[in-house]
Amino acid sequence: MQQIIISGVGGQGILFVTRLLAEAALDMGFSILISETHGMAQRGGNVVSHLKVSARTSKQKAGSPPPFVSPLIRPGRADVLLAMHPDGEVAHGHYLRAGGTVIANRPEPSTSFSVDAAGIALNLESPVSTNLVLLGFAAGSGLLFCPPEQVRATLERFGGKQLEISLKAFQAGWDEGARRTAGGAERVSEPPA
Amino acid sequence: MTVNRIFLGNEAIALGLLEAGCTLAASYPGTPASEILGAMIQWKGAERLPLHLEWSINEKVAFEVALANSYAGRRSAVIMKQVGLNVAADPLMSGAYTGVKGGLVVVVADDPGPHSSQTEQDSRFFAMMAKIPVLDPSTPEEARRFARLAMELSERFEIPVMLRPTTRVCHARQDLVPGVPVARDSEPLFEKNPARWAATPRFRLLLHQQLNAKILEISRERDFQPQLVEGFGPAAEGVKSHGPKKAFRACIVASGVVLAHTREILADLGLSNAIDLYAVPMPHPLPHSFRDNILGNYERVLVLEETQPVIELQFQDHTHVCGRLNGLVPSSGELLPETVEVILRSFLGLPPAPEIGAPAAGGRRPTLCAGCPHRAAFFAIKKALPKGIYPSDIGCYTLGLNLGAVDTVLCMGAAISQAAGFYHAYRSKGEDRPHICATIGDSTFFHAGVPALMNAVVQDARFVLVVLDNSTTAMTGHQPTPASGSTLDGTPVPALSIEKIVEACGVGFVRTIDPYRIEEMIDLLKEAGSYVRSEEGGVAVVIARRPCLMDRKQARTWIRREIRVTDQCVGCGYCVKHFECPAMHLKEEKEPVEIDRVMCSGCGVCLVVCPHEALAVAGESET
Repeated sequence: MQQIIISGVGGQGILFVTRLLAEAALDMGFSILISETHGMAQRGGNVVSHLKVSARTSKQKAGSPPPFVSPLIRPGRADVLLAMHPDGEVAHGHYLRAGGTVIANRPEPSTSFSVDAAGIALNLESPVSTNLVLLGFAAGSGLLFCPPEQVRATLERFGGKQLEISLKAFQAGWDEGARRTAGGAERVSEPPA
Repeated sequence: MTVNRIFLGNEAIALGLLEAGCTLAASYPGTPASEILGAMIQWKGAERLPLHLEWSINEKVAFEVALANSYAGRRSAVIMKQVGLNVAADPLMSGAYTGVKGGLVVVVADDPGPHSSQTEQDSRFFAMMAKIPVLDPSTPEEARRFARLAMELSERFEIPVMLRPTTRVCHARQDLVPGVPVARDSEPLFEKNPARWAATPRFRLLLHQQLNAKILEISRERDFQPQLVEGFGPAAEGVKSHGPKKAFRACIVASGVVLAHTREILADLGLSNAIDLYAVPMPHPLPHSFRDNILGNYERVLVLEETQPVIELQFQDHTHVCGRLNGLVPSSGELLPETVEVILRSFLGLPPAPEIGAPAAGGRRPTLCAGCPHRAAFFAIKKALPKGIYPSDIGCYTLGLNLGAVDTVLCMGAAISQAAGFYHAYRSKGEDRPHICATIGDSTFFHAGVPALMNAVVQDARFVLVVLDNSTTAMTGHQPTPASGSTLDGTPVPALSIEKIVEACGVGFVRTIDPYRIEEMIDLLKEAGSYVRSEEGGVAVVIARRPCLMDRKQARTWIRREIRVTDQCVGCGYCVKHFECPAMHLKEEKEPVEIDRVMCSGCGVCLVVCPHEALAVAGESET
């Protein structure tokens, strides 16, 4: 079970990252619910996705919480906020629960879970891959329901013309995340048996 | 084991319609409904389905096309957003009387919030007014199932059936069991029956009586009765078998995505067993037996639904009913889960949850894309026709209001009729009247602008109309327009010419310009302004034509110029404030402006915009 807010501004690939994580969840046998921003707000305004991952009904253990049915996360309930843009931290920070983690793209990283994803992507000569650098960083830090290997496998399954650079960007973020949390933070949730 | 696939709510609706053997679907794009027909187009191609799909010119036309296909005994769908139904209200009301032969599902997506609409209207009221059934799904999975059920119900009772999802269903994604659309190309059979299909008022009364009988019978349909949600209420602990709910005589009646929020919050608060929860799949017609039972068995009833009290108003006695009518549920805005929690806690007498508010500042406002041709056109309008009245319309270019070049946005096509209205208002001022310059997009012009233009011309109105022609329906995801020159199948058809239509409307001044040639456009607009004020003048139309940059189907035909900020830049911020190109940033006042190389499209319009001539071309390349 994990509730993730993915936030940024229009054009940063918020929908893509959300889809990628959701597909990874499905590959692992979870069920998902997403709520997305479409329409006018996509034109450079704040964009936010809600991603809720839970065990499939058929795999429910007795006594475990029921699977999610609402596509929206309530304020104060998100386990993770993936903030692609500093504006997103301000606009969507209130979704985070006490003890939840902000994973942020910041030009000057100031917390253990912030990283200059845009700078890393620029070094790879692919500024549009900032989203994948940050995702790699989040997965590499062990804060997501899924291990980075799974996200990479799902990304490979997506294929496409941009695959090579996407994988590079994801790996660069992953390396940075793993380096920061050397010693190993535990994953938030284990995949279902 | 079946492997689930992730579906957007709108894809789930499309799949449901196709699984029900839909043979024709017509739509006009509009958020949050746009992806439904788009998904059907994809499936049609992939599965080679023999169905007709069209982006119609507007929702009224779409409705009538689909209705006639249903008259001919074939299953049909018409798809739109809620304000689209205002446009299609005429055929809806009348079509409810004539009824259908093949099933007709009217998909109308509402937008509580509102997120991308002018109103928060509840289309279920339209269903009530028209006396047709409406289904209100709470998840993508349910939306798919309801689409199929709606088609079957429609055909069985020969009545149009509305499917009313909301934004949170349309734009939710959920993993579902994949399905294969059914290829059904049923034989057309239109049986003549003038008393029905061409009914005169005398026969209309009979049709009305038949409609009343249908809707009463539908209210008793087993499949659409409100259901006690499994796992909720004292029944979940086996209390119910000991008689009526004496212990806890309150219940919740909910529909749509609010039902999903309610289920999750009650479970979260550990209250699943504390209260009966009824799911209402069909808010209209609400069965009389259900109303009577609820009011008879419970001392207190909470109704949760979006966005207006449709179920609530159908209760004959409101003494013990809580909802929008007694103020427990707010009368505007989306029922977000946090709002639902506040309502539930209040209804159940629980202490309020700690308040976690969103930040007061609204975050970033949307803006036109870097290089958007509309931005150039708006800048030219402000330069050529300054301090004017600027009526505008529905589309990306609504964002021209950031630039001070949009004063009114009402509904599709209103820019032109409102420009005429403003002219008549200021007519007596003669030469002292302000410039009036309306803007409308190409798709919106075809949708509802043409009758308004004809009217303006024959009523002797005088204003400048700029048709912002980016050759696509950009805001909703680049659907084709009547100027595209082919059907969705790729069959060549006449490409409608905006110039010729404008001329045929009797407009005496019609010119076309590329807004990237901004200096020429400014001159042309001044000329148009003079024509409007001349003795022989009338409406002047300037067609600003340049394809949308984001539309990958269209050629990118401009010389990409790399822009350099010279030391002439004094950091005055004029370009940022009055042009608002998202590729330009002013870190601090009096510091030179910075250009974001990634975002910059190289259109070069800013060269003309800068009052200090501080921008220069550093290099050129083909796009």
